[in-house]
Amino acid sequence: MSTETLRSIDSSAARGTRPEVANEFLTFILGGEEYGVDILKVQEIRGYDTVTRIPDAPDFVKGVINLRGTIVPVIDLRLKFRLSDVRYDEFTVMIIINVARRVIGIVVDAVSDVVSLTAEQVRPAPEIGATVDTQFLTGIGTLDERMLILIDIERLVGSAEFGLVAVTAH
Amino acid sequence: MSAVRILAVDDSASMRQMVAFALRAAGFDVAEAEDGKIALDKARNDRFNCVVTDVNMPNMDGISLIRELRQLPDYRYTPMLMLTTEAGLDKKQEGKAAGATGWIVKPFDPEQLVATIRKVMG
Amino acid sequence: MSSIDLTQFQATFFAESREGLDAMEAGLLALEAGTANGETINTIFRAAHSIKGGSATFGFRAIAETTHLLETLLDQVRGGQRAVDAETSDALLIAVDVLRGLLDRVEAGDSNTQGDASLNARLEQLLLPAATAATKKTAATVQPNPLGWQIRFFPQPGMYATGNDPLRILRELAALGDCNTCCDVSALPALHDLDAAQAYLGWNIELRGDISRAAISEVFAWVEDECALEIVALIPPVVAIDPIVAAVADAPIAATSAVAAHDHGDSSIRVAVAKVDALINLVGELVITQAMLRQQSAHLDPGAHDLLLVGLTQLDRNTRDLQEAVMSVRMLPVEFVFSRFPRLVRDLGARLGKKVRLRTSGEGTELDKGVIERIIDPLTHLVRNAVDHGLETPDKRLAAGKDAIGTITLSASHQGGHIIIDVVDDGRGLDRQRILAKAAERGLPVSDTMSDNEVWKLIFHPGLSTADSVTDVSGRGVGMDVVKQNIAALSGEVDIESQVGVGMRVRIKLPLTLAILDGMSVAVGGEIFILPLSYVIESLLPGTDDIKRIAAESRMLRVRDEYLPLMAMADLYHIPPATTAERSTSVVVVVESEGRKLALEVDELVGQQQVVVKSIESNYRRIHGVSGATILGDGRVALIVDVGGLSRSLIRAA
Repeated sequence: MSTETLRSIDSSAARGTRPEVANEFLTFILGGEEYGVDILKVQEIRGYDTVTRIPDAPDFVKGVINLRGTIVPVIDLRLKFRLSDVRYDEFTVMIIINVARRVIGIVVDAVSDVVSLTAEQVRPAPEIGATVDTQFLTGIGTLDERMLILIDIERLVGSAEFGLVAVTAH
Repeated sequence: MSAVRILAVDDSASMRQMVAFALRAAGFDVAEAEDGKIALDKARNDRFNCVVTDVNMPNMDGISLIRELRQLPDYRYTPMLMLTTEAGLDKKQEGKAAGATGWIVKPFDPEQLVATIRKVMG
Repeated sequence: MSSIDLTQFQATFFAESREGLDAMEAGLLALEAGTANGETINTIFRAAHSIKGGSATFGFRAIAETTHLLETLLDQVRGGQRAVDAETSDALLIAVDVLRGLLDRVEAGDSNTQGDASLNARLEQLLLPAATAATKKTAATVQPNPLGWQIRFFPQPGMYATGNDPLRILRELAALGDCNTCCDVSALPALHDLDAAQAYLGWNIELRGDISRAAISEVFAWVEDECALEIVALIPPVVAIDPIVAAVADAPIAATSAVAAHDHGDSSIRVAVAKVDALINLVGELVITQAMLRQQSAHLDPGAHDLLLVGLTQLDRNTRDLQEAVMSVRMLPVEFVFSRFPRLVRDLGARLGKKVRLRTSGEGTELDKGVIERIIDPLTHLVRNAVDHGLETPDKRLAAGKDAIGTITLSASHQGGHIIIDVVDDGRGLDRQRILAKAAERGLPVSDTMSDNEVWKLIFHPGLSTADSVTDVSGRGVGMDVVKQNIAALSGEVDIESQVGVGMRVRIKLPLTLAILDGMSVAVGGEIFILPLSYVIESLLPGTDDIKRIAAESRMLRVRDEYLPLMAMADLYHIPPATTAERSTSVVVVVESEGRKLALEVDELVGQQQVVVKSIESNYRRIHGVSGATILGDGRVALIVDVGGLSRSLIRAA
């Protein structure tokens, strides 16, 4: 069995669920592809609004916003994944994620819906041709005709490349 | 018949709370005081059927409290118990000399406490 | 085990016990230093007594065992049978440490906590010579119980005066077995001589059942001294019969210790820190909302809305008052930090062979709890340093004409919007040459012409420890650089003054609170930044001749007779200019930090306001040049400038 499938079964076992029971994902669009994240990590969805810029931040860190009194950094996944055609229009949406004791906002093209996937509906991601490094994916979900790229958002946010880990003193 | 009122005196908040809790659970009405002085005040302003007091407390210790209480007409015959860890004889004798009814040795089971109070209150 | 759940009271027990241990420690130190009063030993004893009682009740055996030994020792001290010598004092202080450790482990759920055997042995050893033979009761020979007992119970007349009731005792006996009671009225006087409060009756009781003598004695335990009591076995299987004869209880009433005028002070309640923080957050939100209202109402016509505006002004005042009140809830006297040092200094001095006395002043100065928690480590390091490296050994001191006992003074005071904490020692002071040499060795740019101040600042460089040997005490890689970092993280500053042979003073300057600050808001390239007012000296509109270009990237500004480095905030924060306004029409704000002044160029001054400091780090990370963020009246986020950090990095870059 591949490590990807093992991992997804592991995570459902960790959730105390049997493989037949489904996990829920919030799906969204990025650069024409559909992605999904564990719904349990999603705090809320907001429109993209004015962001206060942060000096010396990588380009995909747009800045910070005020989320009811908490300062939340905003990461544009489209820039992070180096997608072309990045727009900020009335459909642009920010998903507020709560992972690894942080609250962050991720900007995406649009949000689709919430779907349920059983372990059988999730396959390991192929090694090549993925926009996102496969170490950050929990797998590919298939639902009817849709192919959903499932992101391990916790891993992604915590990774050094994501830039949230502090740079040591200059 | 109105509830039996007990005055629980101990400078240690955790002990006091525990005693009060156990006695209330058994159906007694409990008032608390953290030292002898405060207890004496409360006893004067209110009417208790029984007093349970620790011995070592600041401002006024348990034995002095009992001695003072016995001077009050309302408390001449009220059962007063000392809570003490000292197994030594002198403290108990001193307590009795001051007018204590008896003593309960710490550590005690809360149920022991309740049973003893029940016995004493008849 | 009890069916009543005791765990809910445990939290109180742990908190209380810790306080008790602190009180014990302070008392023991006072006894050692000779500054104790008559009440001190009682306080120490009571603390041990409480902890013993509670730990026994809750079943924490290891703690109960150790505390029992402590209590016995302390009781002897209290009774004048034992003096507190160095050995005893030492053992007692170690016991305090051990108990703290035990409390932590038990609280963390370690149910198998074992006491410290060597400490217990040590305490027992101390108890041996003075111990009155506390012989255990010899185990009663197990005899089979007789068929029953003949009991004669004759209360003394005054029995009721101790709240004892013969009836209760009889009932208890009856519960043990079959009772046949015969009342003895021989002592009953004539009716008109009868005093209802006196006991005149006696009883002869035949009690049958498999009952031990001990069980019967227990029933009479409380009234032994107040009655005539005989307990005789009905059919004695073994010969020995001992009637218990009433002893006339005439125990001398021991003089109770004089109740010291111990003022309990104001009443107080314990509140969980989380609740206080939540309260402060809510008030912070209120401040923001109120700022928003003020902003929105700024352009209203006063004539048409005068009541509204009056109301908003009132709200402004109310909010400010509420905020001050709430902030003060989190304020604690710096005593909380200072209190740990007497012990530390004593132990350290002993270990290093130095005589040290610790003086403190301004213990009542209040600091925000968050600041207090974070100042402990740096202060501890500074005090350790002072004892370890600052103070000379007694003979060296005497040779230098100084008092053999070195003095370390900790003081705290309010100055302006800051708290000043000084750590002063009368030791050898800093060795300028040594430091310069070490710094040169490390390749740092130094010269002999550097001012003393600049030389002292060098010791904040990582790796620059000038100690001969790295004592395990303070040289363990936790250096002055970490102290400086910790204090900078609190938006504070550290300053050193030293004189060879005389001593050294380390001065820490801290903001009063981390949560709210008075700021000057400035616009830079379309963004708003907040400059903490405590760093702002002045703002001005410079003329073009006041600006001198030194090198391609460096400019200086002439302010009266000084030349200050001039930086455009837009450059510092890499903000593309929003407008094409000429540099010459920009506004300059002069700020000062750590004795260095800096001129910051901004687009315009927006205003002055109190802002609630929000953390960027909790969800993002530390940003260079930014000490936090705040939410403006219009809901936007504004970054708060880390003036100290900016100033330091510019020096490094220079």
